[in-house]
Amino acid sequence: MSKMLHFVASCAALVVLGSNVHAFEPNKPLCLAPAKPGGGFDLTCRLVSNSLTASKLLDKPMIVNFMPGGVGAVAYNHVIGQKPDDANMIVAASTGSALNIAQGKFGAKYSVDSVRWLAALGADYGAVIVKADAKWNNLNELVADLKANPKGFVLGSGGSIGSQDWFKAAIIAKLAGINPKDMKYVAFEGGGEALTALMGNHIQIYPGDIAEFSGQISSGKFKVLALLSEERLPGQMSHIPTAKEQGFDAVWTIWRGFYLGPKVSDEEYDYWVNKIKALAETPEFKQEREARGLYPFTMIGKPYHEFMQKEEKRFKELAKEAGLLK
Amino acid sequence: MEILSSLATGFSVALTPTHLFLIFLGTLLGTLFGALPGLGPINGVAILLPICYTLGLPVESSLIMLAGIYYGAEFGGRISSILLNVPGDAGAVFTCLDGYPMAQKGLAGPALALSGVASFVGATIAIVGLTFFAPLLAKVAIYFGPSEYFVLMIFAFATISALMGTNPVKSLIGLTVGLIVGVVGVDSTTGVLRFTFGEAELYDGFEFLIVIVGFFAVSEIMLMLEHHSSDDFEMPKITRIYITLKELLTCKWTMLRSSAIGFLVGVLPGTGASIASAVSYTIAQKISDKDKTFGTGDMRGLAAPESANNACSGGALIPMLTLGVPGSGTTAVLLGALMLYNINPGPMLFVEQPLLVWGLIASMYIGNIMLLIMNFPMVRVFTKILQIPYWLLVPSVIVLAFVGVYSVNMSTYALFLTIILGILGYFLRKLHYPMAPVILGFVLGKIMEDNLRRAFAMSGGEVGIFFQGSVNWILWSLTIFILFVPMLAKMVVRRYQLKR
Repeated sequence: MSKMLHFVASCAALVVLGSNVHAFEPNKPLCLAPAKPGGGFDLTCRLVSNSLTASKLLDKPMIVNFMPGGVGAVAYNHVIGQKPDDANMIVAASTGSALNIAQGKFGAKYSVDSVRWLAALGADYGAVIVKADAKWNNLNELVADLKANPKGFVLGSGGSIGSQDWFKAAIIAKLAGINPKDMKYVAFEGGGEALTALMGNHIQIYPGDIAEFSGQISSGKFKVLALLSEERLPGQMSHIPTAKEQGFDAVWTIWRGFYLGPKVSDEEYDYWVNKIKALAETPEFKQEREARGLYPFTMIGKPYHEFMQKEEKRFKELAKEAGLLK
Repeated sequence: MEILSSLATGFSVALTPTHLFLIFLGTLLGTLFGALPGLGPINGVAILLPICYTLGLPVESSLIMLAGIYYGAEFGGRISSILLNVPGDAGAVFTCLDGYPMAQKGLAGPALALSGVASFVGATIAIVGLTFFAPLLAKVAIYFGPSEYFVLMIFAFATISALMGTNPVKSLIGLTVGLIVGVVGVDSTTGVLRFTFGEAELYDGFEFLIVIVGFFAVSEIMLMLEHHSSDDFEMPKITRIYITLKELLTCKWTMLRSSAIGFLVGVLPGTGASIASAVSYTIAQKISDKDKTFGTGDMRGLAAPESANNACSGGALIPMLTLGVPGSGTTAVLLGALMLYNINPGPMLFVEQPLLVWGLIASMYIGNIMLLIMNFPMVRVFTKILQIPYWLLVPSVIVLAFVGVYSVNMSTYALFLTIILGILGYFLRKLHYPMAPVILGFVLGKIMEDNLRRAFAMSGGEVGIFFQGSVNWILWSLTIFILFVPMLAKMVVRRYQLKR
């Protein structure tokens, strides 16, 4: 009898221990926002941490930590160098991060394959914004004017040359056959400053992000000539035409996503993939995504990693074309 | 009328219990920071900014409290000047000249009372000026594009070099140090990394708070450590803490004139309380000193710098709130506070954040009255605080400062940078370099460079853009005028002396 008991006990121990080895469960889930509190990366982290708690998918609260520096460069180096196998930690990223990686600004030796890309969970889209009393009423008129007078208009946005703001301007310039190197582009500190400059007529075209701009739509001071999205957006944006339907192949998606350290095991990676897959289906997540002004853009696990490799290649080509990379 | 209704909204923000408490706390702490020799308004704001931020205070509450520290410090700076002949902060240097002799004559109480009233008058005039001029300037400010900002910065640098007190060369060197620290990081136009030596932590340049805490708080503490204790001073007896109406009336013109001067100097970008009080004292002396009593305890000589340095703090908020350009070293820190909250100070601030701006302005009316009330019965308490031993003060300040830096940056790297800058600041101070130009070089240099690059990007490299438009021409004329002011002043003085 006691032999039997021992056998059962050791079986039980095996099962318990074994299952412990198998099912990874983060003991201190953490989302690292590679910026100061209050910015886009903070928003990205809150989106996941809030909805994970609300939907009860994670029983421990996911803490948001901040590591500002170089639009994510400090965090990228930190994760690869110091915490490559920390499966507790997911790190927020965006289109801007991919652009910087492609241009070697996160470290010349690093590529997108230096980390494991987990998921993208929402997006914002580029928009061509002008003053309400500007003479253009659609993208065609603007492009025609730009073609006729390439040096006559100034584009301005919230980022330096090579940033995602600049690339949006470069895409508009390219529509008019202007080499991005020759366009008149002014870099401001953030979208707010660029909007002020647009108000004061110091710049004429502001390639901005639509969700960030949404607070200004009702002010009546500006008009949006085109959205740089594949399709029209719902809600108060539904009246704004896309560049595509106006006959231009210009799309700029600012997706928001996450990566894990490079040495996180497949099992841990799969754990997160499954968690996020479940999360993306919950009403709590969808509500949270809408509250943060983001549009649906869901890509999880391996497809996302492959998407990142494609993005890197695309951005490298764009950068080369613009003379930013040799 | 629009202004009055906006102001009413402002009062509705400022008159909540929380905000009233924050105003009280801010002005009280400000008076303390001002009164303690060495710890001026810049230190006070720099140390408390991260604390407000990490406590999760909303931006208007933070700004109301931090501004309270600013003008409270201008109020408190006079106390140690009068009692100990040690200026509490840079703006109170000229307060010593007549304040200390008064105290020696046994008039410490009346001197404190008079300077309290003078401070109140100066501050009130400046706030009224701020209320009416700031919205006007904000309306014009939308016409300030990159080229106008660049010329405005030239004007600011001209003002600094023309008016910076005793040693213009050291001021210029200080400015340059600030400029050098300011160019580290990603270049805002091309995205190229500058002077980062491959350190990812340096990509964003030196964080504002690190520079302020390093150059000001840390270096100040090192200087404090050199002195053994503050009780080497002998505290004069304070008798009556009031002044008669007759005494007050002898100073009425001095107060009004100095308030106007202080306000104007404050509005000029880049100048601060020290210049305001220097200019107003000199002018008061030229006009009123018929019996050669200035410097021996003349009440007018005390009223002049105190009205001026308090008026200056109100004036300095105007360019900060309307153009996003600091009017003084401390407003540079307040500007940093706004940016920490992701608010872009600039022409749109009055339109986009009316509650913030008007709440701040209204809070200053309240804060000033609080300061006046606080400063009469509580003067004795403040004089006691001057006797806090350094072994208690120094560690508290250093802990607060470092906790602040860490809580905003979350990195030990930031702490090392702070210490390095602190050591650099210490040596600069030992060599008698003024610190305000350093911080202005750091802040204004960035604005200047960014706008130069933007202007060239707009014009396609044509220099002509800086000479287009009436705003530019006005700014150029002002620049030339300000450069000749010292020369003109010298000529006037020489004539004046010849006539004698």
